[in-house]
Amino acid sequence: MANLTIIEAINLAMNSEMARDPSVVILGEDIGKNGGVFRATLGLQEKYGTDRVVDTPLAETLVAAMAIGMSTQGLKPVAEIQFSGFLYPCVDQVVNHATRLRNRTRGRITCPMVIRAPNWGGIHAPEHHSEPLETTFAQMPGLRVVCPSNPARAYGLLLAAIRDPDPVIFLEPTRCYRLFKSPVEDNGEALPLDTAFVEREGTDITLISWGAMMHETRLAADALAEQNISAEVVDVATLKPLDLDTILASVAKTGRCVIISEAPRAGSWASEIAANIAEHGLLSLFAPIMRVAGYDTIMPLARQERVYIPDVERILKEVRKVFEIAPKS
Amino acid sequence: MDKPNAAATRVAQFEIFHTQFLDPSGRVKGELPAFAKDREQLRSMYRWMVVTRAFDKKAVALQRTGQLGTYAACLGQEAIGVALGLAMKREDLFIPAYREYACQFIRGVKMRDILLYWGGDERGMLFEGSGSPHDFPLSVPIATHIPHSIGVAYAMKLKKEKRVVVASCGDGATSKGDFYEAVSCAKVWDLPIVFLVNNNRWAISMPSARQTGAQTFAQKAFAGGMPGEQVDGNDVIASRFVLERAIERARSGGGPTLVEALTYRLHDHTTADDARRYRSEDEVKAAWDNCPIKRMKAWLTAQKHWSDTDEQKAVEEGTANAEAAAQEFVKFPAEAPEAIFDYLYAKLPKAYEWQRDEVQAAGPKGGHH
Repeated sequence: MANLTIIEAINLAMNSEMARDPSVVILGEDIGKNGGVFRATLGLQEKYGTDRVVDTPLAETLVAAMAIGMSTQGLKPVAEIQFSGFLYPCVDQVVNHATRLRNRTRGRITCPMVIRAPNWGGIHAPEHHSEPLETTFAQMPGLRVVCPSNPARAYGLLLAAIRDPDPVIFLEPTRCYRLFKSPVEDNGEALPLDTAFVEREGTDITLISWGAMMHETRLAADALAEQNISAEVVDVATLKPLDLDTILASVAKTGRCVIISEAPRAGSWASEIAANIAEHGLLSLFAPIMRVAGYDTIMPLARQERVYIPDVERILKEVRKVFEIAPKS
Repeated sequence: MDKPNAAATRVAQFEIFHTQFLDPSGRVKGELPAFAKDREQLRSMYRWMVVTRAFDKKAVALQRTGQLGTYAACLGQEAIGVALGLAMKREDLFIPAYREYACQFIRGVKMRDILLYWGGDERGMLFEGSGSPHDFPLSVPIATHIPHSIGVAYAMKLKKEKRVVVASCGDGATSKGDFYEAVSCAKVWDLPIVFLVNNNRWAISMPSARQTGAQTFAQKAFAGGMPGEQVDGNDVIASRFVLERAIERARSGGGPTLVEALTYRLHDHTTADDARRYRSEDEVKAAWDNCPIKRMKAWLTAQKHWSDTDEQKAVEEGTANAEAAAQEFVKFPAEAPEAIFDYLYAKLPKAYEWQRDEVQAAGPKGGHH
């Protein structure tokens, strides 16, 4: 079993699925010879040719629309958008067509397609390169929104996304692309696209997050362990559809919950999760559900991005509030 | 522009041709294409226009009597739809905007289904029993469907299929980026696409001169490196000729073409619009003189290809078809309420099952458009 970074696991998933399924095609800007700006598609054009690894013109609406067109004809397109801020031109195509063609034609025409993009900040990139877009897509009916947080999940979830019969938005944690390595088995096995992962069991508090913020969440859990607080860590992984059962089961066990999101606080997916816990799990809570989220500001440029992105200290601060209200007995 | 300086050399030059065989008074000019020498072909083309107009009239009547939702009429634009329907092969793929009913009927879409969709029922886009079940549904947003043609045609080319994609839109749609992104790249891969710009002169209240300062819409092809030409879209013979040529060029590997068909929207934009607010009666009256049905009838009659009896029969047949479609539509049983969940995903995720159960338990809510 190889030790891989997230970006290598993503590359491996595409490589392995392209070898397995000739209907898989990859498209996007600079993905061919250049291997993508983050090298997610490195070597794929060389191996699978220019017909299946398609360098597109510099037009994001077109990339999404082309993927839609391909997906209706028996191909399984995996489109790459270079940076999350450039997903906005795709929104019209995704919400008006990709998610609707099945419904509009009562199942006659469908769109099995994936749009991949790096998401969230932390890499000191120019403006528009660090946006948190998950909430925008998670609100769209008919879509799946997937945010992997480690190499094995990136591999298994991307395989699942490519094989899924419906459109999937796959948002990758840019700043974690090469942050750490962990074992990935290239076994062609997909992970479920409707399941949250309890990646660390605990008894005192549930920390819920997804994507890049999982990194800070894991560090926060480590810090809490040193304080003799046992944190259960839930990686939501698939934001839409949301696996509420796993979340509620964890909260029922710990009685305390902090949700960590990089996207702006108001109306974020943290809010959606909190509302669901309040509706269905209130009586198992010892303290209010707390949210740690990006501020309701525009994602700052590089110098201030760490002001915006929640860090371990901000997570611990909310955790402390929870234990002040409901001390560990 | 004029040559800007002595050192400048000409690197490219473009020309736009306009084709018309049948003028508004029903006189023919030039050598007619082969299909126009076949009496039965001509009669069939004319009949399809009459049948489409009868449908259109019925659809508007249904809306006016509260039996149909907002409807976009195709009055005056029948020739383009008929020409396209006959120029395309069954295996080709049509990505329409809306208003292209004539083409859809020829390709086997039921009149009932067009009424169902405008009547607020997605099942209309199921195209049950159509000879071209791979065709795309109507697309309400302007121009966003056009770049789908790139992906569809790319897939066909990858699979080495000899099929052609036709993506149609109106003059207003050419103002949108989606249109340009498609036109700009189709030639990059020499894709088998025909872009049809149905220039009916009005985008709701905006005349085509307010969409672009360009002299024609056809010339927008040149920016994408493909041939562009103009045709009299009210001349069904010219329209079919030009479209057939473009389609066959695409089929034989010659790449994309953009065709601008000049016509006129004789009706309001939709039944929710009142065109009297923004255009003169004189203009509309003059446009009626250009009517595609009128000129074809005049010529066919002069050629002794068409008689009053034929006319009466065609109108009766068209009216009866439309009436039958209307009856079928009105009597079509409502879908189960929980069907709103059934085509969201291939399989409804567990997270939404409770919502579907709630809707199913609550039962029908009634209410129409």
